Amino acid sequence: MHIFVPLRHANRRWFSDMIQFILNQTLIETNKPPGLTLLDFVRYEAHLCGTKIGCREGDCGACTVLIGALHGGEMQYQSATSCLTPLANVHGRHVVTVEGLNLPGKRLNRAQEAMVQHSATQCGFCTPGFVVSLCGYALNVQKADAAGAVGAIDGNICRCTGYKSIERAAGDLALHLEKKDAAHALPWLVSERFLPDYFTGIPERLSQLNNKDRKLHSGHTPIGGGTDLYVQKHHEIPDMELQFMARQKPADAILFDENSCTLTAQATATDLMEAAPLSEAVPGWRQFLKLVSSTPIRNIGTVAGNIANASPIGDLSIMLLAVGARLTLVDESLSTEREIALDGLYLDYKKLDKTPAEIIRRIRFDIPRKGQFFNFEKVCKRQYLDIASVNTALLVTVENEKITTARCSIGGVAPIPKYLRETSRFLEGRSLSAETVRQALAVLQTEISPISDVRGTAEYKHLLAKQLFCAHFVELFPQTIKMEDLL
Amino acid sequence: MINIDAENHVRGRSVYLDDIPELQGTLYALPFDLPTAHAHITSLHLDKARALPGVAAILTAADIPGENQIGGILPDEPLFAEGEVHFWGQPVGLIVADSDHICRKAARLIEAEYEALPVVTDPREAQQLGRLICPPRTFVIGDTAGAWSQCAHIFEGQTAVNGQEHLYIEAHGAYARMKEDGSVIISSSTQGPTAVQRTVAKVLDLPMHKVEVDTVRLGGGFGGKEDQATGWAVMAALAAQHLQGPVKLVLHRLDDMRMTGKRHPYEADFKIGLDEHLRIIAWEVTHYQNAGAAADLSTAVMERTLFHSTNAYHIPNVRATAYSCKTNLPPNTAFRGFGGPQGKFVIEAAIALAAERIGVSAAEIQQANLLRDGDEMPYGQIMQQTQARSTWAACMERYNYTGQRERVQAFNEQNTRYKKGMAVQPICFGISFTNTMMNHARALVHIYQDGSVVVSTGAVEMGQGVNTKLVQVAAQSLGISPGRVRIESTNTLRVANTSPTAASAGADLNGKALQTACAALMERLKKVAEAALGHSDVAIQNEVVMAGGKPSELGWEQLVLMAHQQRVSLSENGHYATPLIHFDKSKEKGHPFAYHVYGTAITIVTVDCLRGTYTFDSVDVVHDFGNSMNMAVDLGQIEGGLVQGIGWMTLEEVAYNAQGRLLSNALSTYKIPDIYSVPKSIRIASLETEGHDLAILKSKAVGEPPLMYGLGAYFAIREAIRAFNPGADLKVDAPYTPEKVLLDLYRSPSSQGT
Repeated sequence: MHIFVPLRHANRRWFSDMIQFILNQTLIETNKPPGLTLLDFVRYEAHLCGTKIGCREGDCGACTVLIGALHGGEMQYQSATSCLTPLANVHGRHVVTVEGLNLPGKRLNRAQEAMVQHSATQCGFCTPGFVVSLCGYALNVQKADAAGAVGAIDGNICRCTGYKSIERAAGDLALHLEKKDAAHALPWLVSERFLPDYFTGIPERLSQLNNKDRKLHSGHTPIGGGTDLYVQKHHEIPDMELQFMARQKPADAILFDENSCTLTAQATATDLMEAAPLSEAVPGWRQFLKLVSSTPIRNIGTVAGNIANASPIGDLSIMLLAVGARLTLVDESLSTEREIALDGLYLDYKKLDKTPAEIIRRIRFDIPRKGQFFNFEKVCKRQYLDIASVNTALLVTVENEKITTARCSIGGVAPIPKYLRETSRFLEGRSLSAETVRQALAVLQTEISPISDVRGTAEYKHLLAKQLFCAHFVELFPQTIKMEDLL
Repeated sequence: MINIDAENHVRGRSVYLDDIPELQGTLYALPFDLPTAHAHITSLHLDKARALPGVAAILTAADIPGENQIGGILPDEPLFAEGEVHFWGQPVGLIVADSDHICRKAARLIEAEYEALPVVTDPREAQQLGRLICPPRTFVIGDTAGAWSQCAHIFEGQTAVNGQEHLYIEAHGAYARMKEDGSVIISSSTQGPTAVQRTVAKVLDLPMHKVEVDTVRLGGGFGGKEDQATGWAVMAALAAQHLQGPVKLVLHRLDDMRMTGKRHPYEADFKIGLDEHLRIIAWEVTHYQNAGAAADLSTAVMERTLFHSTNAYHIPNVRATAYSCKTNLPPNTAFRGFGGPQGKFVIEAAIALAAERIGVSAAEIQQANLLRDGDEMPYGQIMQQTQARSTWAACMERYNYTGQRERVQAFNEQNTRYKKGMAVQPICFGISFTNTMMNHARALVHIYQDGSVVVSTGAVEMGQGVNTKLVQVAAQSLGISPGRVRIESTNTLRVANTSPTAASAGADLNGKALQTACAALMERLKKVAEAALGHSDVAIQNEVVMAGGKPSELGWEQLVLMAHQQRVSLSENGHYATPLIHFDKSKEKGHPFAYHVYGTAITIVTVDCLRGTYTFDSVDVVHDFGNSMNMAVDLGQIEGGLVQGIGWMTLEEVAYNAQGRLLSNALSTYKIPDIYSVPKSIRIASLETEGHDLAILKSKAVGEPPLMYGLGAYFAIREAIRAFNPGADLKVDAPYTPEKVLLDLYRSPSSQGT
């Protein structure tokens, strides 16, 4: 067991602002900068070196940790890339590194054992990340299966094994987890050697923490999950004044009424993915969200952040444009609040109809109803955990074989996440037919202006935009519209 | 036997370079470069950066006490650029400070003025300009000029194959500490501790005995840390010497990707001639290797391209030429396969093209030309114990090639949106460093008086399982349990003058040296046992001394203690040099390889012809392991190598712009396979053979060969595209990214790929 002495500096000026959390078994109180990455803290302050540095941009998973929070007396754990997690975001939480998953003595936990037995570790550098992700799966899963276990490691990259041995290990683990007693998850996981026994004491210990939210910094740069800001400004962040948005996450980050869905600023991509009313309303909803980044990134990356970041290929922006999302922008300094349509937010490359002081407080959209059809398409070099060359979403209402409403958006072919106003308008009122789609393609080409970059040449993006627009209809209406009739 | 490191790996307890506990006062170093690929530096302003609190020193070429030179094969690469910068990412100097954060702040304060010089990134352009790393080389057998007249079919073409970023998950790093007498100890994440030692000595102006290099393990190497770990280790050592204190240098991923070389991109011109029985009669190929701005290992890589220009085929008339072209890219370097895959790619492309034009399957041409015993290679080696035809036949039969072929054809007839493609990929890969003098190794073995054993060799563990194999060799050679054997770090004080762990030869060379050492120890121990038992026929099995085939009273521990008490040495340094191999560069003929590794793989892909994306249904392999000493380790090498090869052929696209700036400079822009992009099914079967005497315990080298099964991915995709768009005139330009796939799917028959 690693013994860690809490950092107590002689100068306690900032004591009231100290960040407090449990790291594995140890209570941490630290006055390190709240913008310090959890990764740097774990490795270089706590000297827990099992958490590895692979890329520092959330793309390899070698630094994966679990972050546990108390919700209604129950612990909920999620995997997260510690390289993109500000220390401030783990205040009041339980942080678990691979060391915190080790059982006492010589025994291995179930995930470790499966990885060893299947020779699923070669150089070993990515391995702790896989172990942590798999243990996170064991903690979270309700109904285990091999596909789910593999899904839990979709953010972990291995350069040695070719993954097949890891897949076999994950499959074994899932088999064992089928017997999980969800009603008594923690004790079951401990007794079945998935976790060390100190986990059962964590809820009690965490509830005793002075978990009051502390105002750590009053900066101007809002930071949510950090999944973009740490990638873009890794070296500058330690000197930046930040406003930590994700820390005030309410118990319900997504609210539903009969017809609409409201996301708070803290809602993550995972929250969106797991929202049952959306899965019920939109066939394939979870699969669409699975195309967005990876599990640990979806767990921490916020929807609001994806919108505000204004990347021309932001997946969530593209989806939300199609569903006609509206934003509530708040300027706390002026005590003003206004609502705007998302399709009016983007003015030019990274230029928004939003003052720097305005924060996205809420995102609201109508849940697709019966007769409406939603599809999301994304093509990149790698299907998962990659940034799109082109992505596009479509929401259409079809009544009596006629398109009555249409909203189509597209990314990667304009300086902004593009709402295809003309193309959408063109579709409305026309029959649902290959002919309509073919005609709409001509309109589409007038609305896009791709440039060549590392994600593809302009020629490719023109072609891909056309293909994916067609794919919406081929996927949604396979009986009516066939690929052969479009191309 | 499971990898001996596995349990520590899964617990997060294995120590990599950046995990070494730091000494008090450790400083951190960051190399800096200029945002240009080719320029004359007119001035460098370091004062502002030097004045930043926490900066200990900024070192440039002027601070080097010895030679400003790190070139491994040719002395053409300075540690720090002097006067001119030759690639974007070339270190100009080193910032040393109290923290990495301060280093990076200081880097932003450095200003430089420079005059831009013309940038060349295209190898053909460099060759035209006469910018070559070394003189071109040509391998010849038979007479191609005279052979064309015997050919029923002649085809010419061009190919391009891109580079590949190693993407070892652990970036480069080194940690240097001074010792009291001015000697320096460097922990380095290197595949070649001796190269680091030799170069540190040269740059720091120290004799080699004052430089100790220690390597515990690497978080992946793949060739990327064979030669290119050296510069970073030298910088750390230079800073430690300069400041007389401990200095650590660990590259951030973006620095690592920008500053280090990759697998060499190649272009090629080819001409292939076949007779009416599809036998390849003549093969001419000219390779243009994109070496980057300095030699690094390019000359040796180029040599292996020539060695493997005919892959697993016997061709009586061959003329293969290669140019190593000097461009303004980071010096390209070793990467699993070491030029071999690029050499094979061209002939496979030529066969695919010939098959398409003649109207047969590529497999028919491949099969008609596979090597047999007694065939002479263009480099003069007469092939023996050839397994090209046996692995092919086993693969066809075991995986029902004909049935699979029919299913693919039926699928394509029934489907419009999705098309399947299939490719067979035979491989033949020569084992040995092609530079004969490098094929030797040493192993130091101590048996302690309690019977425990420690082994040091020149092999570096980087996930390939060499240490596990060494434990097996020692345990088997000494007749003891593997639990008694510990493998120590790779250290230049314990084992000197080593070759890098590379060329798939780490287990063979170091294992054989270990066998030599163990055999000498056994001889001495047996003498002790013979005297003690009064028996002339003794052996050790399962830690018991056997006398005349029967267990005696004497166990391993007593025997060892007895030997120690009788003043018998329990330490031995074994040496091994691969026998039989030789190569005469003046004639380009010889017997350069101890043996060859063979195998055949069948790849099936499904292409989504609407989106231009693809998934691999299956790869079925029959591989020539020899007599595998550790199937768990070896299977991992096959699966991992295969997937790395598929990545190279599909997703992995190294992109530089015309100014020589790396665009694919992060994991967000350079994509290696994730768990979802690997084939749904990978089946690997072993060809049953007796193994090869020059392979350790008859278990053949396994590191590099499987990467080349990945070539099949490219040609399977090509076949699927042709099923959708039969008339298209397709270029050969790997990798087949989704972009190229979509453009080829919708290419009009008249236009050739751009």
